[in-house]
Formats: sequence, C-alpha cells, structure tokens
Amino acid sequence: MAIKRRDFLKLTGLTLLGTAASAAVGDLLTRGEVKAQEYTSPPEALKGKRWAMVIDVKKCKEGQKKGCGKKCIEVCHYLHNVPSIPDKKKEIKWIWEDKFEHAFPEQADEYLKEVFKDVPFLLLCNQCDDPPCVRVCPTQATFKREDGIVMMDFHRCIGCRFCMAACPFGARSFNWFDPRPYVKKVNPEYPTRMKGVVEKCMFCYERLAQGKIPACVEACPANALIFGDLADENSEVSKILKERIAIRRKAELGTHPSVFYLID
Amino acid sequence: MLEKALKGSKKYWLWVLFLLSIIFIGFLCYLYQFKVGLGITGMSRDVSWGFYIANFTFLVGVAAGAVMIVLPYYWHNYKEYGKITVLGEFLAVAAVTMCILFVFVDLGQPMRVFNVVRFPTPNSIMFYDVIVLSGYLLLNLICGWTVLHSEYKGTKYPSWLKPIIYLAIVWAPSIHIVTAFLYQGLPGRHFWLTAVMAPRFLASAFSAGPALVLVAALLLKKVANFDPGKKAIDSLAKTVAYAFIINVLLFIFELFTAFYSGIHSHQAPIKYLFVGLEGHAEWVPFMWVATILAIIGILLLVIPYTRKNETTLVLACIAVFISCWIDKGIGLITGGYTPTPFETITPYKPTLPEIGITLGVWAIGFLIMTILYKIVLEVKSSKELVVKYEGVLYKK
Repeated sequence: MAIKRRDFLKLTGLTLLGTAASAAVGDLLTRGEVKAQEYTSPPEALKGKRWAMVIDVKKCKEGQKKGCGKKCIEVCHYLHNVPSIPDKKKEIKWIWEDKFEHAFPEQADEYLKEVFKDVPFLLLCNQCDDPPCVRVCPTQATFKREDGIVMMDFHRCIGCRFCMAACPFGARSFNWFDPRPYVKKVNPEYPTRMKGVVEKCMFCYERLAQGKIPACVEACPANALIFGDLADENSEVSKILKERIAIRRKAELGTHPSVFYLID
Repeated sequence: MLEKALKGSKKYWLWVLFLLSIIFIGFLCYLYQFKVGLGITGMSRDVSWGFYIANFTFLVGVAAGAVMIVLPYYWHNYKEYGKITVLGEFLAVAAVTMCILFVFVDLGQPMRVFNVVRFPTPNSIMFYDVIVLSGYLLLNLICGWTVLHSEYKGTKYPSWLKPIIYLAIVWAPSIHIVTAFLYQGLPGRHFWLTAVMAPRFLASAFSAGPALVLVAALLLKKVANFDPGKKAIDSLAKTVAYAFIINVLLFIFELFTAFYSGIHSHQAPIKYLFVGLEGHAEWVPFMWVATILAIIGILLLVIPYTRKNETTLVLACIAVFISCWIDKGIGLITGGYTPTPFETITPYKPTLPEIGITLGVWAIGFLIMTILYKIVLEVKSSKELVVKYEGVLYKK
C-alpha cells in the first residue's frame, strides 16, 4: 500500500525533530566546543594543543625599571585596534597592568601585599581550559579552539554580555560606543569593531597562523613573557612550570587558566 | 473580542493616551540608544548588566506568580478564583512581553537577536530561557483567550484546552527556575552563587505576582464595577502573605550563611547593599526602603484585621511589590557585580534615557494589561443579567 500523505508528513516531521534533538544533545556533550571545518592551517603556522603563557613578574618589574614603557600593552593595543577610551567605566583593554591585590584578591594579606607592592601584574584573558564564558554564550560567538584559545566572533556576538557576567577575571570588554573614533592609528591588517559587541585577548591567533608568537611576548625586552604549548612536555613553558613556583588567578574556581604567574 | 477594547469611557481613553505618551518617550530614548550604543546607560565594564536586566528578572517573577491563581482554580477546582483566573493569565502575558522587551533593549546588537535561534546552543542557559519564556507567553495567551472566548460565546471551554492549561501550570515555575540558573551557575559572582537563588526567585514570584493581581482586581472593583469576590481576595491575600514570608526567610538564611561562616567574599556584596563598602553606599537607602516595606507588608498581611480591610490590603500588596522589585531587581544585579572580580567597587547608577526606556517598556506592559483586562470586563459584564424594573436596575 502506498504511503499516505498524512503519514509521510508525520514521518518527515519526526525525522526533522529527531535530527534537531540529536544535534542539540551532541552539542551539550561537547560543551559547545567547535571545530573549524574546511580549514587547513598554513604550513608555517605554529601548532599546539594547549597554548599557555608564563609571566615572570620580577623580570617584568626589572624591565619596567629599565624603561620598557610597557611595550607589550602598546603593541597589542595598536595591532588589534583596541580603542583608548578615556572614561574608565567604558574602557576596552586586552592586556593591562594591575596590582597584586587586584589580580589575586583572595591571596592578598598584609605581608604579600608588601612583598608585591611595586610588582606589576599583567592581566589578560586566561584562555581557560574550561571557560565559563563559552559555556554561557547563547550563540557560540565565543568558543574554544582545539589549540585551547578562547575565540570571539565579533560578527556573531549579539552583545548580551552574559560572558562578561560569567568571566571571573574581568577579562572581557564591551563596546559601549562606536570604538573607531578612539582608535588613534588604525592597523589595516586587523579588523576594527563596531559598537555593541564584546572583545578580549585571543592569544594573537592571527600571528600564530603566520608562525609568529603573540605580539606582547615578542615585544617584551625583558623576556618576562614566555609563550608555549602546555601539552608539549619539552616546551619552554612546561619546563619552567616544573621547576619554578607559579600561581594562577582564582584556580579554586576550576576554570583552569592557561596564564601562569612566576612569583619566586 | 478585540473590538471590546475599542469602546470605552473618557477615563479609559485618557489612561490609554497617558500610557501611549510614555511609550513614545521611551521609544525616542531607544532610538537614541540604538544610534549611539549602550554607552548612554550607566552600565560599565565592571557592572555590565543594569536596570534592564533587573526589571527583566523581576518581571519573570510576576509572570510566574500568576500560576498561584490559575493552579487552585483548575487543579483544585477552587471556584472562588473563577473571576480572576483570566486576570492572572493575562497578567502573565503582559509580564512576559515586558521580559522579552527588556532583554531586547539590553542587547548591544539587537539586529542580530535571531542568532540565538540560528545557532541554538544548549550549553547556554539563555537558550532554555528563550524556550521557556516564549512558551509561557504562548500558553497563557492560548489559555486566557480561549477560555474568555468560550465565555463570550456562552459555552464551556473546549476539551482540547485542558491539557494545555495543565501544561501552562507546570510550565510556570520553569521560567523562574531557568532565570535563576542564569545567575546561580556563574563562578566568581559570590552574591549569585547560591542554591537558594531558584527557591527565592519562586517565593518572591509567588508573592509579587498575586500582589499585583490583587491590586488590579481591587482597582477594577472601584473604577469598573468588577466584583472579584470577597473570598477570592481573602485567599489571594493569604497566598501573598505566605509566599512573601518564605521569601524573606530565604534571604535571612543567606545572611546566616554569609555571616556565620565568616567568608569575606560572601559578605562583601551584602555589606555593599545594606551598609556600604569602602566608602560606596549608592544603593543603601533603596535596600532599607525595601526592608521597611517588607516589614510593613508582612505586618499588614498577617494581622487579620488589616488583611481583611481592602485599603490596608492594597497598601500591603504595594509594599510587597515594591520591596520585591528593589530586592530582586536592582539589588540582585548591583550586588552580583559588586565587588568586581578585582575586589574593587565601580558604582552603577542608571541614566535618564535608561530610565526612559525602562518606563517605556513598563508602559507597554501596562497597555497590554489594560487592553486585555478591558476585554475581560466587557465580556464578563455582557453576560450579567440586568433587569430594569420600575426604573431600577437589578443585577444578578
């Protein structure tokens, strides 16, 4: 007997529903991690499984004493067209300097505050291994790459700022206004943003694709920033972390930050 | 039935006109925000949600609270609520519409709002919030409208509606639980990171929602000759009393955990809200107004004499409503963002255009409520038997 129109439609509907449901369940299991498809990275690209950064705060302090002029911040913000907005409340920053008690508020007792009184702490997105911002984003505009970098798609972001509420590190900035008038010198190699989207450091993914290390690491004259693959036992970052004492911001929250601070 | 909203007294039209003018001002403010960006608000890098999301959160509660009338009527066959059930359902419609609008005006890129549907992301709680909110809007619209339409036609509502009514009832708590989950699952926001958040949301919902219905019903009694029934009002007042006391108790439990444990990070937001922290006390007066209103509300509601007196009952309900609004709106949001992840304090104060947009959305909600309630009243009064006998009107 031939299939009835009604049954056919029912079957089609069920199939569609099933497909959608299985896709949804699959998404839930992978916690929103996405793979870039139909994309082969160029042969010169740096490849890693979990990119990480180690910041030697004492070297950073020495570098500043010698007058490095905080090149890391300057270069990063120039290369990525980060606007300099005078109003502190609406500012946008990818990498910045803060005091110990602000970077590690839960550790900051009187003695440690004194020890680290003049030590600068560079803050940036921690590129968490289990990023809460990715978990909460309703559009996958922020997502984690296979190499561990937490990415931002400026073109998909709807500007709900759920990620900013979820980030325990205050690493994310929102474009409260059109940022372009505040970009002094535009770098044509990198997109500028429009108003209403969130942005943050992305470990210079665009430079990694060209075989270059992140701009802040390259710019530091004191070699206070070290970049490498945490999954590689023989990388410089892995070796340093095995030998020296490093702490991470708010490790107790279980987000597994990939930025380490050497404090010995 | 919609034509019933097009005929009305002078007072009715003045009220509608008043709401429309506020909506117009709000709309102009929104155009300004649309052009310039969310920078016209008082929100900042550190306090990245503000007035809009505060009102959204509160109104989710108002919407869910309507179930406290619908449930006894349909589930326990509590006939006394027969006249106000549809008021509850239509209140939910208006409240959920406001919720959706508040989220919309909070978006940095509103033109991309459909990205939420285009790229459904089940690991985001926002995904579920969109589903439960739009579902609840639809369910209440269908239930309220169909029942009213049957009454208009003089028949009982169709049997296919029964499962939908039951679904709407069990659906109601979900909108508030999911909205609480938006907050309570975020690491590093100490004020929000508590399992009591969802139950507290429910308790405040079940007090603020019925409180508004109560005020509306008694107002309609005065201006439109609508009789909600004495027993219905009394039962509803008890619901408000119990739910609000549970709400306050849950908050006191929070205080106990924060202060007996002595954990500094749990205390900091509460101190900021109630006594001020590091020289910042922007919201202290508001929180104390909420506290005093809560005390007044509870007193007026538990003393039988004041609960049974309509004037004091309305005052109690208004006190409960405002207290919930301050606590679950602005207190919840600013408390969550203070102190910042750097343990610093960035004060937040809404700007004038921000308040204008907020009032505009509220006015839209009240307009929807007005139109729907007007239809309800017209339908109900058209069914009343009125006999004129020797020049005197007799109403059954």
